[in-house]
Amino acid sequence: MIRSNMRIIVCIKQVPDTNEFKIDLETGIMIREGLPCVMNPDDKNALEEALRLKDEYNAEVIALTMGPLQAKDVLKEAMAMGADEVILINDLSFAGSDSLATAAILAAAIERIGHYDMILCGMQAMDGNTGQTGPQLAELLNIPQITYLKELNIIDNTVTATKWTESEKYTFKLNMPVLLTVNNELNDPRIPTMMGVMKAYDEAGEKKIKVWGANDLDIDIEQVGIKGSVTNIYESCLTHINRVSTIIEGEDEKEMAKSLAMKLSELNLI
Amino acid sequence: MKSVKVNQNNLNDYSDIWVIGELNDGKIHPVTVELIGKGKELINNLTGKKLNVIIIGYGVQNSAEKLLHYGVDKVLYVEHNLLKSFNTDYYVKAITDLIEDRKPEIVMMGSTYTMKDIGPRIAARLGTGLISDCTELEIDSSDGKLIQTKVSFGGNLLSSAICPNNRPQMVTVKPGVMNKAERSEEASGKIELVIPKLSENDTRLNLILKEVLEKKQVNLDKAKIVVSGGRGLKEAAGFDLIRELAEVLNGEVGASRVPIEAGWIDSSHQVGQTGVTVKPDLYIACGISGAIQHQAGMYQSKYIVAINKDPNAPIFKICDYGIVGDLYEVIPQLIESIKEKRMF
Ligand SMILES: Cc1cc2nc3c(=O)[nH]c(=O)nc-3n(C[C@H](O)[C@H](O)[C@H](O)COP(=O)(O)OP(=O)(O)OC[C@H]3O[C@@H](n4cnc5c(N)ncnc54)[C@H](O)[C@@H]3O)c2cc1C
Ligand SMILES: Nc1ncnc2c1ncn2[C@@H]1O[C@H](COP(=O)(O)O)[C@@H](O)[C@H]1O
Repeated sequence: MIRSNMRIIVCIKQVPDTNEFKIDLETGIMIREGLPCVMNPDDKNALEEALRLKDEYNAEVIALTMGPLQAKDVLKEAMAMGADEVILINDLSFAGSDSLATAAILAAAIERIGHYDMILCGMQAMDGNTGQTGPQLAELLNIPQITYLKELNIIDNTVTATKWTESEKYTFKLNMPVLLTVNNELNDPRIPTMMGVMKAYDEAGEKKIKVWGANDLDIDIEQVGIKGSVTNIYESCLTHINRVSTIIEGEDEKEMAKSLAMKLSELNLI
Repeated sequence: MKSVKVNQNNLNDYSDIWVIGELNDGKIHPVTVELIGKGKELINNLTGKKLNVIIIGYGVQNSAEKLLHYGVDKVLYVEHNLLKSFNTDYYVKAITDLIEDRKPEIVMMGSTYTMKDIGPRIAARLGTGLISDCTELEIDSSDGKLIQTKVSFGGNLLSSAICPNNRPQMVTVKPGVMNKAERSEEASGKIELVIPKLSENDTRLNLILKEVLEKKQVNLDKAKIVVSGGRGLKEAAGFDLIRELAEVLNGEVGASRVPIEAGWIDSSHQVGQTGVTVKPDLYIACGISGAIQHQAGMYQSKYIVAINKDPNAPIFKICDYGIVGDLYEVIPQLIESIKEKRMF
């Protein structure tokens, strides 16, 4: 059955590219300047799954992000990949939200969007990696969830979804609307086409980005942001890498391997 | 829509530490015993609180009794035929109702896919905070609050959080990090059956198939020695060499994510942020660059050895001993030298 009016919302987070993390070797301090930001990897898989459903069922795909104005970049990327509509939720009072407050803001935005059949989220964001926003959003919207999605089929309004745990595989049938969380094992995200990139990154693309603030949402600003978060950061520090790295010298690999075996045996490790 | 209120005014109504236990095919998940171990430590710093374990399912009395050998005050087993297999809606309702009824101050769960599915939802329903994937927990001696520490930003940042004004303080803890409670021959503590109020109308999920994944037991998180291979192996056959080294050392085989994605080895071997966290006495990384996502799962190892062709690979910055060289030259010699040492 073809459902032409299916609407999918994908929640996307912009995160610092942790592959680019650099640590000042003298002080052990993380270098933050110029740290590039990327679309959270799992969210790319979530978007890909939505776009697959768009290809198959002609679904409408809306990408949603809550973050600073800079997060427009990931929305442009989503547009380039094929999202039909993109929305940035941005307000100073939202800064510092923990996962529950973030879920509350996303839920308010989704209520403003109105009708939807499916919400796709990444399983976890790689910055704070809490992995909580998806299930909390489902709870606040009072809809069912399937986390760690492995397989998805849709017939009419019914979803058949397979999820994994460490040791089991479960297949559930349920009605939409539903929230699904996915990770990189589900699919291979598409590369944007040349056309897609051209459309997303020009002026018209910029204009397509809807920006909603606190006033546009039915939300109590006392209950979001730092003030409205139930958890607080107590302290943060860099993981101290206090190992003395000894590079084993030697004429060739054989000799180095022998000295390593000696060292390991001196340490009673072998 | 539900909203979340910061500041509950009845914090003093909450007491006791709970471990939400987990059963896999009737077997107690190791992380449950690890959480009990941590719970006992925490309770030493709190006066007048009790340590309880909760398990849910159907026909779980036997497992509940087994848990009485770890020195907890009470085991509550929540039984209902609708709890026979995993179902987010039923599990969330059963646990949330019990928390609302009994008011524990701290609720600990393992960072397993099951608990990461239901934990955040329970916290949202209760309107309280949850910190996930913690690797350290302690009680602030000044005010008795739980300080919950986790590694984030791919292993670069250690951050601690608190949930000052809402209860319970909820946390998921990485398996393999806390020390297990010791088992005693004698059973102690109470046991209580709880029958939750559940009906078929409480779920929107209809289970149509449950399969047990056939997985080779990989005891990575308990291994004393782990030998891991990465992209530098170049092909699946490279793991034969890794296995051989692991075998002479009596260790387990690990991997970075690249070989898993390439299909060279099963994903249960993945070490790192999205894989297993290991802290063996000796970790040998072969042909692994040491991306922070990989480091996140192994930096707590007692000794780290790296074998890599590239002298600039980040792994050399976090190792104790490094060899700059071709792993296909180094490892065979290493195996030979270890075997020689064993002869004496
Ligand atoms: C959200 C997220 C989560 C992730 N989670 C994980 C995770 O849990 N675990 C994980 O491991 N990765 C994870 N990754 C991937 C991670 O970022 C790296 O891509 C990955 O760890 C790299 O694997 P590698 O070191 O094997 O490969 P590479 O980085 O390609 O390194 C291969 C190394 O082998 C060396 N080499 C090549 N040939 C030889 C030879 N003959 N002898 C010796 N050395 C040789 C090279 O010099 C190089 O340093 C994650 C990534 C993301 C974005
Ligand atoms: N600020 C945000 N804006 C949009 N989506 C988000 C945001 N934060 C988290 N998410 C979604 O929730 C998932 C899990 O994030 P986290 O709970 O931070 O690990 C992400 O992969 C996103 O899909």
